[in-house]
Amino acid sequence: MMTRSNRYSPLIFVVPAAALTVVFVYYPLILNFVYSFYEFSAISPGKVYVGWENFKELIQDEAVRISLINNLKYAAISVFFQVICSFIIAAILEDRFFRKIAPLLRVLYFVPVLLSVTIVAFVFQFFYDPITGLFNQILAGIGLEHLRQPWLGSSDTAIYAVIAISQWQSMGYTALLFIVSIQTISKDLYEASSLDGASKIQQFIHVTLPQSKEILLVVFIVTVAQSFTVFGEPYILTGGGPGYSSSVLATYLYESAFNQDRMGYASAIAVVVFAMTMTVLAVQLRMSKTGRQSR
Amino acid sequence: MTSHENTLARTASEHDRSTSNTRFKPLLGRALSVTGYSVSSIVLLVYVLVVTYPLFWTVINSLKSTQEIYTSSWSLPSEWMFSNYVDAWNGGVSSYFLNSFIVSASSVGLTVYISALCAYGLIRYKGPAGNALLLFLIGGLLVSPEVSLVPLYELMQVTRFHDSYLALIVPYVAYRLPITILLVRAYFLTIPSELDEAAYIDGYSSWKIFHKIYLPLSKTILITAGVLTAYYTWNEFLFAIIFIDSDSLKTIPSGLMAFRDALQTNWGVLLAGLVISAIPLIVAFIFLQKSFIRGMISGSVKG
Repeated sequence: MMTRSNRYSPLIFVVPAAALTVVFVYYPLILNFVYSFYEFSAISPGKVYVGWENFKELIQDEAVRISLINNLKYAAISVFFQVICSFIIAAILEDRFFRKIAPLLRVLYFVPVLLSVTIVAFVFQFFYDPITGLFNQILAGIGLEHLRQPWLGSSDTAIYAVIAISQWQSMGYTALLFIVSIQTISKDLYEASSLDGASKIQQFIHVTLPQSKEILLVVFIVTVAQSFTVFGEPYILTGGGPGYSSSVLATYLYESAFNQDRMGYASAIAVVVFAMTMTVLAVQLRMSKTGRQSR
Repeated sequence: MTSHENTLARTASEHDRSTSNTRFKPLLGRALSVTGYSVSSIVLLVYVLVVTYPLFWTVINSLKSTQEIYTSSWSLPSEWMFSNYVDAWNGGVSSYFLNSFIVSASSVGLTVYISALCAYGLIRYKGPAGNALLLFLIGGLLVSPEVSLVPLYELMQVTRFHDSYLALIVPYVAYRLPITILLVRAYFLTIPSELDEAAYIDGYSSWKIFHKIYLPLSKTILITAGVLTAYYTWNEFLFAIIFIDSDSLKTIPSGLMAFRDALQTNWGVLLAGLVISAIPLIVAFIFLQKSFIRGMISGSVKG
């Protein structure tokens, strides 16, 4: 055995990371639960204990209900585009037929992922413009004037217009994850099945899909979890409006905290966000466990 | 392994049953694959257009006058206004750029160094206590910043970090530590322990072993971790708009909001500002594609 006289205790190396994590991650998280039982303002120092009042109000709050539904819409639409469509695109791109052009397309598809949410939101604000915007001009151009909308200004379409730009921005990211995962599938599996006369679609269903179960689950979970914490897109594009029609939990949290100066109530909304993300993670844990057992 | 074999067996047996069918239809099969490839090509092409058109539109319109953006935003500029770029740069974007650079570079340096230190300590601190410590540290992965926003805001006031670079750097580092520790630790575990036993016999302290052996051997993973952190900090939006009030300290994502409000309707200059802001990460991606992809993959393990 070695003597340890010349060695620092390994714990010393862990101290900076542990200190930062405790002070800026765990402590605020716990404090948030405490704060959700208080009513207070950012400017005045006093905090008033209100018991379950914030939560009682939250259940009755129409804006919370709309926000939660919008988060769910965000999740459902994001799963369709960022899990299902992205996976299909990744599978197509990995077909030998497209091998020459695939490297270029991969880079192109990835460019939106690199842009700041502010940039993407500003550009699409031009496209959504009721008069000069691309979408309404296209509709007018193909004779569908009656379908023209004030995309961001109408409470029927605002949330969908917001969700759409997230798909535009993030599909390239999940597609890249799928591509890398599909590349690790053994070529023998494809050769064996093509010798058997399997078509490309049969190969997709019987080889690509089952071999990608794990990455599909991971991307599914990450996509849903992100849908419950989304903030930048609705905040910049609509501010949650008109009314609360495109509000999500994070924008409503922001509004309660920094516009209405109701910090306790905002903390209670944060508890809801936390509960949603934890539920998603619990589902993942369960699914990955049962997946392991079945093998 | 087993799942590979299972699928292989399954596909094989299914095709034993179906080969007799497919042999009768080679022509139909070929026709189907032609349709298949045509449809696939169209899908890929449409997706390329959907992705690139907004980018192309932005670059083209960043070279127009506001008047022209309104009247003919779908055509090429009649006069190429490169001055928009100069105006955007001098009108504030240079300062946001510098702030983003300072914040990102500091966050990347600190995150990678502190994570590497921690990972080094963790691989030496074995046993159940070590595992518990690891779980505690990477448990932060499960916490999204939105959830702690109100207490963090208060914490920034109490520490007087609010409205300074530290208000961004410190939370960025804290929230990027878990994934970075995970990444670096996995790599450190592959370094043979004989190496530092030998170094120890040569009289190296563990401090020296870390700096002279572990860090240089792990360059690839440290770069990957750095790229992943830089990607996060360059585009981070929530903390950037809440913890910074002064225009002179804003980073690109929040600065562009102020930039737009200040410009009012000078759209050409705004679009030029957007293009300038997008360039660094795109250039970084082109040069560091491998690190980017590796980082993104490990980043997705989140949760």
